[in-house]
Amino acid sequence: MKRTKLDVSSLKGWLYLLPAILFLGFFMVYPLIDVFVYSFEEGYNSASQTYFGTGFYNYSYVLHDPYFLQAVKNTFILVIITVPLSTGIALLISVGLSSVKPLRELYQTVYFLPYVTNTLAVGLVFMILFKKTAYSDGLVNLLINWFGGSSVDFIDGPYWAKMFVLCFYTIWVVMPFKILILTSALSSVNQDYYNAARVDGTSKLRIFGRITLPMISPMIFYLVITGFIGAFKAYSDAVALFGTDLNAAEMNTIVGYVYDMLYGDSGGYPSYASAAAIILFAIVLTITCINLLISKKNVHY
Amino acid sequence: MEVILRNLTKKFPSRDRKNHDDVIAVNDFNFTIPDGKLIGLLGSSGCGKSTTLNLISGLLKPTGGQIFFGEDDVTNLPPENRGIGLVFQNYALYPHLTVKKNIMFPLQNLKGKDKLSKEEMLKKVYEAAKLVQIEELMDRKPGELSGGQQQRVAIARALVKMPRVLLLDEPLSNLDARLRLQTREEIRRIQRETRITTIFVTHDQEEAMSISDMIVVMKEGVVQQIGKPQEVYDSPVNLFVAKFLGTPPINVFDGEVRNHKLYIGEDAVLEIKGIADQKVYVGIRPEGFILKEDGPLSCNLSGVEVMGRDISVVSTNKASLNPTVRAIVGTENKVSIGEVCVRFALKPSKVHIFNRETEEKLEFETLA
Repeated sequence: MKRTKLDVSSLKGWLYLLPAILFLGFFMVYPLIDVFVYSFEEGYNSASQTYFGTGFYNYSYVLHDPYFLQAVKNTFILVIITVPLSTGIALLISVGLSSVKPLRELYQTVYFLPYVTNTLAVGLVFMILFKKTAYSDGLVNLLINWFGGSSVDFIDGPYWAKMFVLCFYTIWVVMPFKILILTSALSSVNQDYYNAARVDGTSKLRIFGRITLPMISPMIFYLVITGFIGAFKAYSDAVALFGTDLNAAEMNTIVGYVYDMLYGDSGGYPSYASAAAIILFAIVLTITCINLLISKKNVHY
Repeated sequence: MEVILRNLTKKFPSRDRKNHDDVIAVNDFNFTIPDGKLIGLLGSSGCGKSTTLNLISGLLKPTGGQIFFGEDDVTNLPPENRGIGLVFQNYALYPHLTVKKNIMFPLQNLKGKDKLSKEEMLKKVYEAAKLVQIEELMDRKPGELSGGQQQRVAIARALVKMPRVLLLDEPLSNLDARLRLQTREEIRRIQRETRITTIFVTHDQEEAMSISDMIVVMKEGVVQQIGKPQEVYDSPVNLFVAKFLGTPPINVFDGEVRNHKLYIGEDAVLEIKGIADQKVYVGIRPEGFILKEDGPLSCNLSGVEVMGRDISVVSTNKASLNPTVRAIVGTENKVSIGEVCVRFALKPSKVHIFNRETEEKLEFETLA
């Protein structure tokens, strides 16, 4: 008696879950599995739905492809530079914002503007700012000249210059969201903690390190994790700055490589694209796991 | 440490767009708090008692007046240089630190010649923990403690630097009734053991009266009365203080003094001298009634509440300003529910007469 009752109620539960399960199954789980399967099918052709055989050849090809290695290198540089820098600068600005009273709202609006601006439009503006042609210099080069340096072509010039612009641009684009999150996190810290610390004669630096940071650590952690994932998935930023032929510009990212393999000039290789995507997935998973392990010690909920 | 407040005043700028007058939270507060005593600042919410505490702590700067700790003028000193310990209403324990680290926090801020070694710190931390009896909780986080335990940790943290003055903001308001009784005894004990001048803020008159050496009753930023709890209860200076102290509250009547007689309604309840003929308010403590068949004050009986130790006679009277008149009498009195009218005689010492306009106490003597 009891058993049938349980079955009916659990059946009901599954029924309620069905729409979400179907939706996620079709659009998330099935494609994920499919990509995984493709990555092991050699020379898969999506038009004829045929392949030669199965094995690790796709992975071997991708891992030996100099374009892919370049993309991995670019992505890692981008991640390692932009995530800590953007989070750190956002934290500084947020702390500054929450300690000024007058014009705070104006500043908050100004800092939030990049978030509502279109990525490609901003990319164009950055291109103009940093560009150098035979006839004219961008604003940044004019500044460099003014301080006595010689012009650098940030868009078509040396690798480090292009990487600098890409990092600068990425930091600038991701900052507003981080500032928004951190200012609200800071304002939610109970004032009594600061008062208690003041009565005990705690220095400003110690208050920040021992009270403020631990109190907002869950939010910082959230920003770091999403920052890592976002930076690993970077693609549109590079396109906005350097155009679609990223391999030629040496500025490709892993997602860019996947796209190129599918639809680019060298496109039509879904198996290689799948292998690259799985490799990216493995990298992001590993990094996120490491983040979670570190956070166990340093994040206080 | 003696704490002297001289003409202490705090005004806040008005936020109201129509009314630009400053809000006066504390108005001309003068009081010398004797060394080593436990003082209760008492008043309803918004009366300026917490502001007074924050002025003494230094978290707020006074608009006028001075504060002395003994000989030192601390009016313009920041809180960290005043040598105070402060316990916040919500305790403000750092949630990410263990109890031990919370208590140690103030010690780690010490610099220069005051700097302590790790062992000295631990010794002090354990002394403070022992004082408030939380030695077995040292490695827990505040979130894993009960309200009463958190309170003790907060007190230990405030005491660990051996402050000159200990300040407690509504220390018992977050505790349940039973814990409140226990904790107030505890605060009393800790204060006696450390002999630190302690000032605490409360809106609960019972709490203030039960443990304070002296109480300060405040209303709208102005000190109404300062004195030993019993003195303030026995001779309130005005109607506000009389109404504020005591549970059940004092019974207030419209009354009149005529030809050396005090009238409540048409009943001449006492023969008195010392007050000219005028209309007055009469306050009678619940324990000031004596059930008596030929007593002068007659009321309409509405119920009897038996409380074991004594009984509470609830009745109504036309002249009463409270909806009911509550009298507490001994259990030897028998009141049968069927009665319609009860008659009381009054104990003169429990009767207070106040001026109608100023609401200040009028002194009188009874004619025996």
